[in-house]
Amino acid sequence: MGNQGLLQHLANGISLGSLYALIAIGYTMVYGILRLINFAHGDIFMLGIYITYYGILFTSIPWWIVFILASVLTGLIGLLLEKVAYRPLRESPRITILISAIGASFFLQNFGIVVFGGRPKAFPIPNVFNKVIKLGGVSISLITFIIPLVTLLLLLGLTYFITKTKTGMAMRALSKDYETASLMGIDINRIISITFFIGSFLAAVGGIMWGIRYPQLMPLMGVMPGLKCFIAAVIGGIGNITGAVLGGFILGLGEIMLIALLPKLTGYRDAFAFILLIVILLIKPTGLMGEKITEKV
Amino acid sequence: MLKVSDLHVHYGGINALRGIDITIEENQIVTLIGANGAGKSSTLRAIMGLVEKSQGKIEYNGEDLTNLPTKDIVKKGIVMVPEGRRVFADLTVEENLILGAYTRKDSNGIRSEMKRVYEMFPRLKERSWQKAGTLSGGEQQMLAVGRALMIQPKVLMMDEPSLGLAPLLVKDIFEIISMLHSQGNTILLVEQNAKKALEIADYAYVLETGELVLEGLGSDLLKDSKVQEAYLGEAK
Ligand SMILES: Nc1ncnc2c1ncn2[C@@H]1O[C@H](COP(=O)(O)OP(=O)(O)O)[C@@H](O)[C@H]1O
Ligand SMILES: [Mg+2]
Repeated sequence: MGNQGLLQHLANGISLGSLYALIAIGYTMVYGILRLINFAHGDIFMLGIYITYYGILFTSIPWWIVFILASVLTGLIGLLLEKVAYRPLRESPRITILISAIGASFFLQNFGIVVFGGRPKAFPIPNVFNKVIKLGGVSISLITFIIPLVTLLLLLGLTYFITKTKTGMAMRALSKDYETASLMGIDINRIISITFFIGSFLAAVGGIMWGIRYPQLMPLMGVMPGLKCFIAAVIGGIGNITGAVLGGFILGLGEIMLIALLPKLTGYRDAFAFILLIVILLIKPTGLMGEKITEKV
Repeated sequence: MLKVSDLHVHYGGINALRGIDITIEENQIVTLIGANGAGKSSTLRAIMGLVEKSQGKIEYNGEDLTNLPTKDIVKKGIVMVPEGRRVFADLTVEENLILGAYTRKDSNGIRSEMKRVYEMFPRLKERSWQKAGTLSGGEQQMLAVGRALMIQPKVLMMDEPSLGLAPLLVKDIFEIISMLHSQGNTILLVEQNAKKALEIADYAYVLETGELVLEGLGSDLLKDSKVQEAYLGEAK
């Protein structure tokens, strides 16, 4: 493989890694606050793509406004999911709410099959994204550049929100100590809603860019990316946002590089994530950036 | 000002509180003393809405708070410094203080409040960018108190602020509490350190296994032979 090929693969890997990172954040944020693995997160990602699909095909709204509206709407659906499926069970044993998450996931998948239809649909890619950029002898599609750029901007925004705003501080406080957070007058339900909104919003943005990159839509399309991004979050240390981003990039880059360097293993592409998970957890059970879970008294 | 009547708290089969009545008047410092497990924390936690009350009423200036969620009780200005300090260890000292003022919207007021807290506790100022978890026990207690002051509490409730502190720091903490009192704060102080608490209290309640067994002026209880025997470690 020449330098040009390598450059191409690197670009693809970073781009896939960005998408994984965006989705993984939702898992890790929700886990950080509720200690819940939101199994429906991958399906929220799928909903985001379909909403965009219908928005572009069946309305005359400009595509970029559809993108924004669809992301916000998906964020609200995530928020609603928490209210309906998780909040009523907040005081129940953790296993109950986990089962509810699995149920929500099945529900959304079947909802997709019934409402959107089981047959694959083609994502209506706005023309601008079909542009191909020539760089040092390789041609790389525009979206391959846009994905990391958008991801970077969103990450900067998220970092600002988490570190500088009062709500972000409340989120961090809540993830460690519910009771003391409530003693500050923090509205716990509101913070949890915001967390779900942000996670689902980011998954939708990732989903839209995913649709442009891999334009085949299916109601079960959220399952594999969902699983991989959950793995990314665990690899990074679940609960830790930086870790989720790191995990996403390791997974995305690793996956693409595996195919590039060892094309014979292409069929094992999906297995790569699981093997990586096992290896990393064997070496560092808390994930790369995870802290020891200490139960607060 | 704050009135607790006939408060009952159960944890499963355990009757932690069996009908207690407490009244706190404005600018008073009232203390609730009792041995470990007597139900002191349960009393404060029930007032804050952190544990379910099986019976009883909490009133604040005639307003019924009994069934309000914690955040709304905080908004009324009733604030608790929890047992064991419970600072947010991963957040900086300054962020802890900002969260103390979470319900306030006046950024100028918050800034001047923070200045006041830093003047009261210069060590916190020196460490404002440090994570709270890196502070010493005494400093964490100061942070927990400072954090509670950020909201300009109408009633400040403290759950065993001297617990686990070295004697010198215990002295500091009680001086701080006296100072807060002299500045016009209304305080409900829960303590196992009965002597120190009674010395600074206007009024005191003695709690034993979920029931109030004695109440009176702090100075009177200090002289009470039963109190001396049971809580002050002074033989007859
Ligand atoms: N969350 C809880 N679950 C069960 N029992 C509790 C709980 N909290 C306190 N208790 C019990 O209630 C009684 C009063 O406890 P507490 O209010 O913490 O007393 P104190 O603060 O005076 O030490 C004790 O017997 C304690 O074991
Ligand atoms: Mg206690």
